[in-house]
Amino acid sequence: MKQTTMLAMILAGGRGSRLKDLTNKVAKPAVSFGGKYRIIDFPLSNCANSGIEVVGVLTQYESVQLNSYAAAGRNWGLDSRDSGVYILPPREKADEGLKEYRGTADAISENIDFIDNYDPEYILILSGDHIYKMNYAKMLSFHKEHKADATIAVIGVPKKEASRFGIMNTADDGRIIEFQEKPKQPKSNLASMGIYIFNWKLMRRMLLADMKNENSHHDFGKDFIPTMLKEGKSLYAYKFKGYWKDVGTIDSLWESNMDLLDDDSELDLADASWRIYSEDAPELPQYIGPEAEVGSAYITQGCRVEGKVDHSVLFTNTTVGKGAKVVDTVLMPGAEVGDGAKVTRALVADGVKIGAGAVVGSAKSEEVLLVAEDIPGKE
Amino acid sequence: MAMARAYGIVTPAGGHIKVEGMDEFRPISAFSFLGRYRIVDFPVSSMSNSGIGRIQVYVSQNPRSLAEHLGSGRVYNINSKRGKLQLLFNQDSRVNEIYNTDIKAYLDNMDVIERMHQPYVVISPGHMVFVQDYHKLLEEHLSSGADVTIMYHKVNDADVEYRNCSVVNLNRQKGVKSIEQNTGTIAERNIFMDTYVMSNELFIKLVHKAHDISSVYRLVDIINAENESLDIRGVQHKGFFATITDFKSYYDTNMSLLDWNLSQNLFRDEWPIYTQTTDSCPARYTMDSSVKNSMVANGSLIEGTVENSILGRGVHIKKGAVVRNCMILSHAIIEEGVHVENQVVDKWAQIKNIKELVTTPDKPGYVRRNDIL
Repeated sequence: MKQTTMLAMILAGGRGSRLKDLTNKVAKPAVSFGGKYRIIDFPLSNCANSGIEVVGVLTQYESVQLNSYAAAGRNWGLDSRDSGVYILPPREKADEGLKEYRGTADAISENIDFIDNYDPEYILILSGDHIYKMNYAKMLSFHKEHKADATIAVIGVPKKEASRFGIMNTADDGRIIEFQEKPKQPKSNLASMGIYIFNWKLMRRMLLADMKNENSHHDFGKDFIPTMLKEGKSLYAYKFKGYWKDVGTIDSLWESNMDLLDDDSELDLADASWRIYSEDAPELPQYIGPEAEVGSAYITQGCRVEGKVDHSVLFTNTTVGKGAKVVDTVLMPGAEVGDGAKVTRALVADGVKIGAGAVVGSAKSEEVLLVAEDIPGKE
Repeated sequence: MAMARAYGIVTPAGGHIKVEGMDEFRPISAFSFLGRYRIVDFPVSSMSNSGIGRIQVYVSQNPRSLAEHLGSGRVYNINSKRGKLQLLFNQDSRVNEIYNTDIKAYLDNMDVIERMHQPYVVISPGHMVFVQDYHKLLEEHLSSGADVTIMYHKVNDADVEYRNCSVVNLNRQKGVKSIEQNTGTIAERNIFMDTYVMSNELFIKLVHKAHDISSVYRLVDIINAENESLDIRGVQHKGFFATITDFKSYYDTNMSLLDWNLSQNLFRDEWPIYTQTTDSCPARYTMDSSVKNSMVANGSLIEGTVENSILGRGVHIKKGAVVRNCMILSHAIIEEGVHVENQVVDKWAQIKNIKELVTTPDKPGYVRRNDIL
């Protein structure tokens, strides 16, 4: 087998419970985004566009949909001879029985045999629940230039939000001196994006040690990175500029979808030089009816609009009936808004039907309304 | 599955069929259709949905766009091991167009045809738009015991439309009496759909026989000539049917499908029409846009007014532009303030300097690929 320079591992095992009913049946990385995508399309497309050929996807929670979705490597062009997307759920091993992944680092430890097959020099660790476009090849060049043991991608966040993130304190040359997980008093605003490059030989050794450490949570943020720092390894922060969003809550998922409507959105999905790939739905182009009114909107194929749509994102196979009004709303795949219904400031989950004449959501509500169950119509 | 007993052939339009402008760049089967399809998607998807895994698509001119579009056939849901989508070429004669028959194309590729394992062949055209369950058609063919089964579509406007088509004359038992050119004198006619089912053995025999009789014989001519000795039956097709035989019919067929109910007749949930994806992002409409009664493909950006129109992938309608009754093919740009009506604007064209490009719907205009107006 051809040697792989850098292999990517996507951590996709989390439930994303703050997404409430959206993740009852699917893992967070499989949640739909931006009309036609799923969240995991972003790291997978970034890998394909960065020239990474082998991607392991570590799944655990409700992984049936995610497994079958991510296994179709051809959707991202990851299907040539030396290339592939490999789904890695917990396995039963000889003498050990079935063990679930105890933490993010443990998920990698349990798949050392898989990684060894490719004999990579570097490992790229990604998370399956962020929306961004990033060239990992540039990050690898940075990592090599600094002869780092590990490189962590960071992004500047507003100071007042910094306590929600893992914060890196760096020296002038970018070397990380301190790592604070969700600090009350953040010393910098450089937040970890959960994207790491490690030298495999060192990482492998440290993972084996971590597996045996009974005091470890086997987590990158809590244990693995602090241990590296403690042991005096050279860790560097790679500053990323551009759009990056953790879509972990209903509000942030909604907001990130709304960002696509801006004329000068930093998240430009129309850029042909860095496409985000996805599964194609065999559907008609979107149909805008004779009485429709479409204001600012992001609409994908298979949609049918007969009513009014303003400042909204319509996912595959959604319908908006005659006289209906959809404002500041995200309609997830297959959602239906009946004739004359009004939906405002809401996120309507997959396949949910809003009956004719029903009124859902309010422009004044502080939080975005998640509509996860059918709403009966009004006479 | 029973249908593995047949392979499929998708034929190019006869040499007498011309679509001025558009066909300089590609064969009719590769014409853009309804914003994201090509016409060839219909026969190939129907065959694939019917369980036909071996499909030959014949092309004689400008193969580039068809080759690009069909690719490996994987998008059509054809099994990558047991199935195969083949593009078969033949060299057209430059001496005289009447030599460029389907029979010549089959003879040029006879080695491939003779090697097919499937005992039956389904032949369907790449310039007509319809869906058909060929599994059902083969069953009908087998149970009737006919030598050849052909398909027709009953219309009541053959006096004004379908001028480049043939018509089928049937006896009461649905036996085919003759197939002849549509003369346009009678309104109610059975339009021949250029669709056949027969055994591969008979097909090969007929191809050779046609060539022996005349160098300009087409498959339809030999079928007609053999009418006395062969049992040829007609099967009526129901549902959406259109022929792309000139520029007007290309435009009209597309426009007719802006009628949602009519379009549902062609695009049914249980019968997907596959096509190549370009991974375009969804279409974006800005505050200034106004869109009515239109089909819009992904990747488009609409800042102006669009009515009764079909926009292909990655089309950009800029602010203040007005587009009515138009087909704007992929990646074309309508610049600010430009008014376009009743036009087919081919791929990558840009309407910029001419501020008004308006004709009447009965005489749609055409803007060439890559042109800047």
